[in-house]
Amino acid sequence: MSYEPTIPPPRRLKPWKAVERGLAKVGISGKALVLIAPVLWLLVFFLIPLAVVFGISLATKQFGRPPYSPLLTTEDGTVQLTLHLNNYIKLFSDSLYVAAYLSSIRIAFIATVITLIVGYPMAYAIARAPDPWRNVLLMLVVLPFFTSFLLRIYALTGFMRGNGLINQFLGLFGIEPLVMMQTDFAVYVGLIYSYLPFMILPLYTTLVKLDASLIEASADLGSRPWQTFISITLPLSLPGILAGSLLVFIPAVGEYVIPALLGGPETLMIGRVLWDEFFSATNWPRAAAVAVAMLAVVVVPIMLLQKAQNAVVEK
Amino acid sequence: MAKKPNLAVDTRPWRDPAAKPFVRIRNVTKRFGDVAAVSDVSLDIYRSELFCLLGGSGSGKSTLLRMLAGFEIPTSGTIEIDGQDMTQVAPYNRPVNMMFQSYALFPHMNVEQNIAYGLKRDGLGKEEIAARVAELLTLVKLQDYGARKPHQLSGGQRQRVALARALAKRPKLLLLDEPLGALDKKLREETQFELVKIQETLGVTFIVVTHDQEEAMSLATRIGVMNQGEIAMIGEPTDIYEFPNSKFVAGFIGSVNMVEGVVTEDEPGHVRIRSTELGCDIYVGHGVDCAPDQTLWWAIRPEKMMLSRDKPEGLNGANVTHGMVEDIGYLGDMSVYQVLLDSGKRLRVTQTNTVRGNPDSISWDEPVYVTWNDTSGSVLTV
Amino acid sequence: MRRGWFLPITAALGFSFLYAPIISMVVFSFNENRLVTVWSGFSTKWYGELFNDPQMLGAAWLSLQIAAISATIALVLGTLAAVALVRFRSFRGRTLFSGMVSAPMVMPDVITGLSMLLLFVAMESLLGWPAGRGMLTIVIAHSTFAMAYICVVVQSRLSDFDRSVEEAAMDLGASPLRTFFDITLPIIAPALVSGWLLGFTLSLDDLVIASFVSGPGSSTLPMVIFSKVKLGVSPDVNALATIIVGIVATGVIIATAIQLRNRPRKARR
Repeated sequence: MSYEPTIPPPRRLKPWKAVERGLAKVGISGKALVLIAPVLWLLVFFLIPLAVVFGISLATKQFGRPPYSPLLTTEDGTVQLTLHLNNYIKLFSDSLYVAAYLSSIRIAFIATVITLIVGYPMAYAIARAPDPWRNVLLMLVVLPFFTSFLLRIYALTGFMRGNGLINQFLGLFGIEPLVMMQTDFAVYVGLIYSYLPFMILPLYTTLVKLDASLIEASADLGSRPWQTFISITLPLSLPGILAGSLLVFIPAVGEYVIPALLGGPETLMIGRVLWDEFFSATNWPRAAAVAVAMLAVVVVPIMLLQKAQNAVVEK
Repeated sequence: MAKKPNLAVDTRPWRDPAAKPFVRIRNVTKRFGDVAAVSDVSLDIYRSELFCLLGGSGSGKSTLLRMLAGFEIPTSGTIEIDGQDMTQVAPYNRPVNMMFQSYALFPHMNVEQNIAYGLKRDGLGKEEIAARVAELLTLVKLQDYGARKPHQLSGGQRQRVALARALAKRPKLLLLDEPLGALDKKLREETQFELVKIQETLGVTFIVVTHDQEEAMSLATRIGVMNQGEIAMIGEPTDIYEFPNSKFVAGFIGSVNMVEGVVTEDEPGHVRIRSTELGCDIYVGHGVDCAPDQTLWWAIRPEKMMLSRDKPEGLNGANVTHGMVEDIGYLGDMSVYQVLLDSGKRLRVTQTNTVRGNPDSISWDEPVYVTWNDTSGSVLTV
Repeated sequence: MRRGWFLPITAALGFSFLYAPIISMVVFSFNENRLVTVWSGFSTKWYGELFNDPQMLGAAWLSLQIAAISATIALVLGTLAAVALVRFRSFRGRTLFSGMVSAPMVMPDVITGLSMLLLFVAMESLLGWPAGRGMLTIVIAHSTFAMAYICVVVQSRLSDFDRSVEEAAMDLGASPLRTFFDITLPIIAPALVSGWLLGFTLSLDDLVIASFVSGPGSSTLPMVIFSKVKLGVSPDVNALATIIVGIVATGVIIATAIQLRNRPRKARR
């Protein structure tokens, strides 16, 4: 065959090239073009809102629209900045808020630990399952996530109410109906039930990457299965444990729906307090202050989560 | 062994000082942060050459190739291809194509679409593209595979698709990054042959990056040995093997025995080196650019030495040393002897097994003399 | 070995914990009795009631629109963010950017909802936009947090694939933009589809954020369900849940079937 390095035919100017050249002319690089939309969006709809929350937490409630005092007022031509700290003082002095914080953290923490205990063996079983099964089981974990969260909580009430399925089942053995709904117990069940997939997925991701030959090597060197688990599997799955636990803990602290539907009036959770402050008491500045304080609780876990997720992905 | 591109001895352009190089790399340096991946490399490559960049991992050979393709811009220096400055030109505007180490076939396109991709970017007509694709499929012997997706092909077939795709635009220069690296040994030898045949048929200039010295030796018209971002030596394969310019090149290519010595006689016609390490003098039958009492190194390939039971006559204490056979590795075509010299140094000597099942061959623990010709070794000053 | 039975049993218990409530909900959606958990006979009357409830239908239609629009916006933004995070190794503010992208994913809903609302109120009084609250504000809020999830999905697909495939396209004469549309986009298409579906589901599922940023007359489906459920038992919610579970299960089965059909082709030489 013949081969001559030919000069290619003159290029037709294609639309892409024209667009690129045009943008390059005004000094917009591809990089900037990719970044500009998400950066602007997140600035306006994520970062600024958090600043606004902080600002309004320093206002006070007043009647009117919007129902809070303006921070900046103009009086005789001078601009005045009025900041109120009374929302924060209230947060620390009113035992309701303090109790709600502490109990939110306690409930979220206990629920996280139980979810980890329930989720770890499940994730391990899925990771060690033979190939076609593994995908099916994984799909089964994700599937509830795609059905409505609200409806699944509602389904739980059908299970736990006074004449619900559990009590009907216990009734068959002549056991008195248990009171489960409107208790902290129901809130724990609801939290674990809702957030179990969040725990399993990162655990699975670390466990499935765990080289099976490490476990064989450990056994070969004389470890019993539980020793292998403690000395090899558990330490290597720590990033997954951390990521999963934080993925459960952070939203659980601020949870509203579960305590509202499953908890009793004495189940104090901060998300519920914020909701009531906003919707029932229409005290927007107070609600904002509660949000800022909640943010202070979750900001460290959120930063930890970022690190943990990177560790899960990179390994 | 693959046949090398057919360049008559007197048309080797690199031996002609007046020849115009096709690719000119001038003082190219590439830094990533503080690390210089390539430092001050200058290199001329001529039309229709099959040039191999040979080096270990981290030697900078791949970075140099990526700068030729346009994926990296040199920190300093210039790259000229066919008389045009290409240093800052984007990869999609260069008359250069690349065959990737991972082949980088588009997974969502079939073989034909993969090959046609570059032609479509050039705005060629449908019929011309079809004709060109068919031609290329024939060239790489994949006529019946045009409709397959990459994941339905074997490793060797993928390699050929990658080659066809890179050749489709008839580039002035084809860059190949470890083109045979992913193939098993037998397939590699066959493909090596085919690659050279295709290169010869098309007459296109190839630059091949490889870490495999055998591959480089059998493919290349010339080899550039790279070490720590610098070119250690440029030369034809025989130059590189027989006349290495440094300890690094001598040690990097093939196996070698290297000893240290001191110059005792420095004449225009010969040099005598005293080596306590070797336990004898080395008589070199040609002049060397050195000074009396200078310490230098002498390197010799294992196949250039001879073993004998009796002491050879008339050598006057030079080019012969004594030791004991410590170990023998029988490789079939030849045997590798490890000889422990009286001085404590170990030498590696290979002897061709010319006699079948030789009962008289030198055996373990036998005392032996090791000799060599006065032009067999290389004297190295760096 | 002890692990022989321990793992399968815990897994089985775990999965029944996940699925028993859903299954019972499906079963009792066909119950004749108003008392949701006492079986008294087969009936489809709650489905009829559901489809004759204009409030429920209106809310469902609104939610579907919001979900589709916000999933699409979030897909574009999330993909761009993912490209930036994977492809641009370093740019000024990268850490802040990656934090901003993923934070909405874990931010408690009440904070997101409240902060969005306060922003919209402030913007309205300063700029006059968005005028009032309703579908638009819900779409903006949902796009923001769905974007975070989509970014993660696309990011993992992007960082998986061989960069040299893109380089090959450029080497063959495709400009960067062209390469993105010819090569990158088709390769990450599965991640884009699942990202969009994820965004759609998240939006359809959200109660808390929507409650904050919705206005009068723009109640989403979860808001209607929530108000019904708070008042007590409502069997038509069972029916609705069954329909959703049915749609999701069908979608997953189809997706699995497609995957299985593709597999033998892949294995063939």
